Amino acid sequence: MPPLSRRSEFLAGVRAQAPLLLGVTPFGMAYGAYAVKSGLSSGLAQAMSAIIFGGASQLVASRLIAQSVPGAVIVLTVLLVNLRHMLYSAALAPHVEHLERRWRWLLAYLLTDEAYATSITRYRRGDGAVYGHWFFLGSGLALWTAWQISTAAGVFVGAAVPDSWSLDFALPLTFIALLVPALTGRPAVVAAGAAGLVAVLGYHWPYGTGLLSAAIAGMLAGLLADRATGDRATGGEAAAP
Amino acid sequence: MRLWLIVAAAGIGTYGIRLSVMVFVHHSLLPRTARDALRFVTPAVLLAIILPAVLYAGDPAAFDAGPGNERLVAALAAAAVAWAAKNTWLTIGSGMAMLWLLRWAG
Repeated sequence: MPPLSRRSEFLAGVRAQAPLLLGVTPFGMAYGAYAVKSGLSSGLAQAMSAIIFGGASQLVASRLIAQSVPGAVIVLTVLLVNLRHMLYSAALAPHVEHLERRWRWLLAYLLTDEAYATSITRYRRGDGAVYGHWFFLGSGLALWTAWQISTAAGVFVGAAVPDSWSLDFALPLTFIALLVPALTGRPAVVAAGAAGLVAVLGYHWPYGTGLLSAAIAGMLAGLLADRATGDRATGGEAAAP
Repeated sequence: MRLWLIVAAAGIGTYGIRLSVMVFVHHSLLPRTARDALRFVTPAVLLAIILPAVLYAGDPAAFDAGPGNERLVAALAAAAVAWAAKNTWLTIGSGMAMLWLLRWAG
């Protein structure tokens, strides 16, 4: 099969992101409405979606701003909530290292849970992904655009989608679909299980530390399971070239 | 003005985190163990986002791992579909349909 073109990779990225937009759109509206209710100006609420571009951290920042928490604490909290992106940056790095700097600056700006999950799944398909960065761009840009528009809708109109529709459920459902191909062997299953356990235990931990701890615990558990079986080939993603 | 500075600082810091290994520090400089561990980020993060979203139900959200948790039942149905069909839209469709059906029946 010839490598996919730039255009078809880009469109495939948009399509891969589409199911996640079902959940992201009401989330963006909820954020926009909440930020304005918390006393942020509509301009700042909207700008935060472009400048920070991280839903959970934006909600936390809005809450802390409403509580008049010192600025340094707000900044550090946002960074803590977003620290897991360093893991994504590291996991994707081998796949983008051949790109020009400006491409990597652009893709890093678009790096989110959703863009990571879809793009790494694309890269792991193992067909070389010559234009994989166009997939990454399509996926990231689709999410970015939906996030800006849904924020604006939330800021100026309010959260219009009723909670009873439970569209937020589209996020775990999409991730279930992405988890299946990621469970490539026993160490990957162990990693997922350990991370899931810590995430459930750490649900009430402050400032996203539950998810961050879960990711780290999962990586360590996967590594231990990998060493225990002594079979490298059964690991998660293919080792970096 | 103060709030704009806070948001700008948080945004620059977040961008720095995203740029870290993709731009600033080459991944080959990471210790071997760290690079091995990175292979497990995907399964770990995915289930770490899925499980709390499924097991903490209701308003306010409370832990519920019993058959009365509609999200749990719907997620298990979706997982079965994901496993068999390997199709994202079918997975979401079956999960959402199951959740709405259980709500409607309940």
